Formats: sequence, C-alpha cells, structure tokens
Amino acid sequence: MMSYEIIGITVLWIFLYGYLIVASVDFGAGFFAYYAKVTKQDHIINQLISRYLSPVWEVTNVFFVFFFVGIVGFFPDSAYYYGSALLVPGSIAIILLAIRGSFYAFENYGSKQSIVYTFLYGATGLLIPASLSVALTLSEGGFIVEKNGVVSLQYQELFTSPLSWSVVGLSIVSVLFISAVFLTFYASRAKDYPALNLVRKFALFWSTPSIIAALTTFIFLSQHNERHYQNMLDLWWMFGLSVAFFMAATWLLYLGKNYGLAFISVMLQYFFAFFGYGIGHYPYILDPFIRIYDGATHPSMGIALVAAFIGGLLLLIPSLILLIKLFLFDAEYVKGKK
Amino acid sequence: MELDTVLMSRLLTAMTLGFHIIFATLGVGIPLLISIAEFIGIKKKDPHYRMLARRWARGFVISVAVGVVTGTAIGLQLSLVWPNFMQVAGNVISLPLFMEVFAFFFEAIFLGIYLYTWDRFKNQYIHWLFSLPIIIGGGFSAVFITMVNAFMNTPEGFAVEDGAFTAVNPLAAMLNPATPTKVFHVLSSAYLTCAAILAAITAFMILKKKTSDYYKKALKLTLTLTFIFAVVTAIAGDSSAKFLAEHQPEKLAAAEWHFETEEGADLILFGWLNDAHEAIGEIRIPNFLSFLAYGDFNAEVTGLEEVPEEEWPPLWVHYMFDLMVSIGFLLPAIALLYFFLSKLKKRNEHNKGMLSLIVLSGPLAMLGIEFGWIYAEEGRQPWIIRGYMTVEEAATSSPHIGLMFFLFLALYIVLGTLSIVTLRKIFKDNPAEEELEKQYPSVKKGDES
Repeated sequence: MMSYEIIGITVLWIFLYGYLIVASVDFGAGFFAYYAKVTKQDHIINQLISRYLSPVWEVTNVFFVFFFVGIVGFFPDSAYYYGSALLVPGSIAIILLAIRGSFYAFENYGSKQSIVYTFLYGATGLLIPASLSVALTLSEGGFIVEKNGVVSLQYQELFTSPLSWSVVGLSIVSVLFISAVFLTFYASRAKDYPALNLVRKFALFWSTPSIIAALTTFIFLSQHNERHYQNMLDLWWMFGLSVAFFMAATWLLYLGKNYGLAFISVMLQYFFAFFGYGIGHYPYILDPFIRIYDGATHPSMGIALVAAFIGGLLLLIPSLILLIKLFLFDAEYVKGKK
Repeated sequence: MELDTVLMSRLLTAMTLGFHIIFATLGVGIPLLISIAEFIGIKKKDPHYRMLARRWARGFVISVAVGVVTGTAIGLQLSLVWPNFMQVAGNVISLPLFMEVFAFFFEAIFLGIYLYTWDRFKNQYIHWLFSLPIIIGGGFSAVFITMVNAFMNTPEGFAVEDGAFTAVNPLAAMLNPATPTKVFHVLSSAYLTCAAILAAITAFMILKKKTSDYYKKALKLTLTLTFIFAVVTAIAGDSSAKFLAEHQPEKLAAAEWHFETEEGADLILFGWLNDAHEAIGEIRIPNFLSFLAYGDFNAEVTGLEEVPEEEWPPLWVHYMFDLMVSIGFLLPAIALLYFFLSKLKKRNEHNKGMLSLIVLSGPLAMLGIEFGWIYAEEGRQPWIIRGYMTVEEAATSSPHIGLMFFLFLALYIVLGTLSIVTLRKIFKDNPAEEELEKQYPSVKKGDES
C-alpha cells in the first residue's frame, strides 16, 4: 500500500508532466504563429494553429492551476517557502500568463487582427516557461535562505548560476520542439501539406538544441547538487530510454512518415526524462527545507485529497476524451470542414 | 516597514479579488442565462432566442478569458502574498480549493465543446445539453471557493496544539456554519447580477437603435429573471443576517453601528458617526434589527461592546452594508415597474426614462456585488482566520510587495480597457439584425414595432 504522500506527489508530478506537454504545444504554437506572421508565412499555418488551440486553451491553464493548488494542499510547507521566495518571479509569471490568456481571446474572438497581440502572444509563450522553470531550479537548493523567520531568494546566486540558465534554455527549446512535433502530427491529420512541410522543418530544426540543452543541464546539475545527480545516475535506464525515444522521433520526422508515432515518442522521451529527474529528487521537494514525509499535510486531509483526485478524475477523463474526440480526432473538424 | 508590507499585501489582494469577482460573477451567472435562452429558442422554435444565446455566448468568451487569468492570479497570490496563512490553513482547507479546480476543469472542457459545436448536431438539444456542465462547473467552483472563505469566517474542523492545527477534519471545515448562507447568497446574487447586466445591455441597445422583436424578447426574459433572482437573493440575504447574528455578531453589529447589547434593536440606515460613537442624521427603523437578526422584534442583539475594541471591524463597513441592501431592493423594484408599465395599455414601457433605469440597474448590480464583498471581507478584520490568525501574522515579509502592487494595477487597467474595447467591437461590427438574417434567412429583418 503506497502512502498518501507518495500518491500525492506522483499524481502531482503526472499533472505537471501533463502541463509540460499541453502547455508546450500551446506556448510553442503561439511563437510559431508570430514567427510565421513576421516571415509572411502565416497564411500557411495560422489557420491550423487556431483551429486546434481555440477549444483547448482554457484546459491548458487548468493543468497548471491543478498542480500548484495540489502541491500546496499536500505539502503546505511549500506554500511557505516557495510562496515567500517566489513572490517576484511568480508574480511575473502570473502577469505573463494573464497577458497571454486574455490576449488570445481578444485576438481570436475580437474581430480585429493585431500584430501587437500576436507578438505578445508569441513572446509570452517563451517567457512563461522561462519564468516557471525558476521554481525547478530553486528546488535544487542553495538559492533560498531562511534567516530569523524571513525566507528570501538569493537573486545574485540565481542569476549567476549556470544551472539556472541551462534550465531556462532547456525549457525554451523543449517547448519549441514539442510544439513543432505536435503541429506536424496535427497538420498531417488535416492533410494540410504546405503547413506540414513548414512545421516539420521547425521540428527537425529544434531537435538538436533540445538534446544539447538536456545534456548541459545534466552536467550543471552534477556540479550543483551531487546527491540528485547520483540518484539520477542510478536511474540511468530511464534517461537511456528517453534518448532512445528521442532518436526514434527524429528518425520518423526525418523519414517523413508516422507523425503520430513520432509525437508519442517525443511524449515518452520527456516522460522518462521528467520522471527520472523527479524520482531522483526524492526525498526532497525543496532541498533542504521540505521533504516528502515530514512536509506533508495531515493524514485525514491527505486521504481526502486522494479521494477527491479519484472522484475528479472519474469525471474528467471521460470529458477530456470527449473533447479530444470532437476536436483532435475528428478528421472533418481538423480539416476545417466543421 | 513591517506594517507597510501588510498594507500592500492587503491592497494587492483586494485589488486582484475586486477585479476578479466582476468576471467570476459573470462566469457563474451568464451560462445559466445562455442556457435558458437556448432552451426557450429550441422549445418554441424561435430563432430570436437562439440568436440571443449565441450572441451572449460570444461576449461571454471574453469575460471568461479574463476571469480565468485573474482567477489563476488569485490562486497563486494566495501562496505568494499570504505564505504563512497557506502554510497553516492549507492543512484544513486545501480540499475545497482542490475541488474548485476540478469544477473549473470540468467547466473549461465543456465550454470549449459548447462554443465550437453550435451547428454540429442534428438534434439541437444535444448542443443545449453541453451548457449544463458549464452551469454546474461554474456553480460548483463558486460553491467550493465560497466554502474556503466561509472557513476563514467561522473556522471549524481542527484542534489547535502548540499553535499548529491538528486533528483535521476536512469535511467539517468545508461544511462550517457560514457555508450554507454564504453559498446561497453568492450564487443567487451572481445570477441576479448577470440577469440585470444583460437586461441593461438590451435596454441600452433599444435606447440607441429603437426596438425590434429580438430586443423586446430579450428584455422581457432578462427582467423576469432579474425579478425572480432578486427575490431569491433577498431571502438569501435575510438568512445571512440571521447567521451573522448567531455566529459572527461583531460583523453584524459593525454593519449596524450597534454598540450596546439590547433588546428591540433599531435598524440604522446611512447617517454618520460622531466622536462618541453615536449615529447622526440616520434613518432609524425601530426594533427592525432584532427582526432582521432573529425574526422577532424584541429579540436581544449582541452589540460591539462585547468584543474588545482592538478586534472591532472598521466601522465604515456600515456604508457598504447599506449600499448593498439598497441596491438589492432597487433591482426588483425597477423590474416590477417595467412589468407594471407594460400592463398599462396607454403607457409605453420602452420610454426613455424606464430604459435608462434598466440600463442603470446593470452597473448597480455589479456595485452591489462589490459592496457586499467588501463588507464581508472587511467585516472580519482584523482576522484572516477569525479567532486564530490575524492578517498581520499571515502576510509575506517580502519588501517587493509594493512594486508588485503597481505591476498588477497596470495589468488590470490594460485587461479592463481591452475587454471593453474588444466586447464593443464584437457587437458593433456584427449587429444582431444582420446576424439573424444570415443565420436564419426565414426571419424578416425589419420586424420593428
């Protein structure tokens, strides 16, 4: 029988992974839409992008809300440490998310097309992952100091740390890579060949930086947090699988077939890397302040939250399947005929 | 310095919530009105009502977008601005917070489906059915988040040992004494406000462009709903007052400037206070406070004197309370007047004065929400968790909070302005008459009367 703490952090990690995938698609698509507009290729792909994004953008946001409400619920200490330390980067992330979400609506449902809106939409798509990834860097320890009951973030250390910059770099190129692969798959379903050609090029282009960034992050992590690095080395097979799926995905993209399989490979690539990273973090949520067992909430609340999880998922999974069926796997809709 | 960060924390949260509840209220109430209009449209085979649902839904998307992003903001700010509060209370109230996210998730999924499947199903009721999960999701997110707020007013479901919360019972915390009346009042007033706002928009359109069948039907529907929801809200407000009298007497006493515990307490409307804490220039309704609090004109009502003065809520909440109640009575009165005029043969219920009153009732309803919310929140000062933790103990110690306040202020100004600009544009570039003609060619365009 797994303890509720482990169930809690596992489910939360799954949701964060879910956010990583759906948000990457969304953030990257925003950037590509802007890039296409600047390079006058927007007539090729912007239709495709907005057809996918319009019904789902709100759902993307929920994955994120879900994660941070969940982690505060299961591990209330994280509200104290992360909340105190992240006031500035967290507020900036909120503002970027707010600009992005509302400008999407203003642009797409309002009747005016504006290059400024598209620019903000595209730029925030890259800045948000950068600002959110700060939380991951912080969890490695060494950036948060508690003195006389006041928790504060060591900005100088953060901004001069090679680890934090490599995490930022990794998050940005991953967003572009994941998104491009998904759009390739979506374009192939829509049988939209001009769009397919364009986004496939994007995908191939971003594959190399994404794997290089992953490698450099790994190296800088070894210098910053020896314990975490050792744990990850013990999980070498997960990272091996991750690299294998990466190679499979790029090979399929290069061959120009089976784009669905290519996207699944990319999902698995990030799944194994993300979970290998997460498991290696154990037993800390925030090194050295919060550990999974002593930082968790009361058992009665933990169990109630797990029960809420199960009830909620029973409700959500069928609804999500319906949403996907109607907008992702309905060939007529994807082609723009509905 | 210490006090400054607390003040800025309070201002930042007040600003975010004050901005968010405008959109949150619309998010809870408008789906119900859309659904009712669509249902009538299908049932009566009347394209006017279906067009109404469609156009309301189109505007609704903009308000949902802003509601979602400001809701995300307040969700994160709870931890960023009040880290000490969340660390302690997170143990007890994270369940409703969490369930709120589920409700929001549910709503988000079906909103996407509803908005993009207008003409996709042969059976029109299938599309209509998708509006129900949106109403349920929106309603339940209001219910769960109100439970969190209710807990902060009447905390239950835990024991305190050495300053930490133990023996946590999440369900008891959710179903604390304040929950039933708060949920009832929040939901009914959200529905009331949305009905009033849609009525106001309709009246505004008629004022500008003369009336047509489309607008007449819209006005009649929204005003009927305004009246119904106003009556329900009045009942909810009354039960809230009775709850306060029993469980949170200092809040009711502050609202009524009721200092001495006495039987047959008077209700005080408006006026001001002198230095000796006596009301001047007020309208006094004898024994009515006792009736409001206990349903008995001679009941004893607890006064503020029973509470140590440093735990008094600010006394200006009196005005918030009075303004909220006045608006609560004004809204159904305006709706009634309209129906009264429409029954009189010789009178035109679409005269300028009447329409202007209806236009006024929309913003008034939203102001009522804001006043009521300020009253509820300020009325439990100085506590963040009443009786356990003060606002000062809960706030962040970060010196950057002042800067964040101005950043968010700028953000809300931009969002507020752009939503108005966008909403205006959507409807200006696409008048109802043209859209009706395009969508339902069988309806004649010029059916003005």
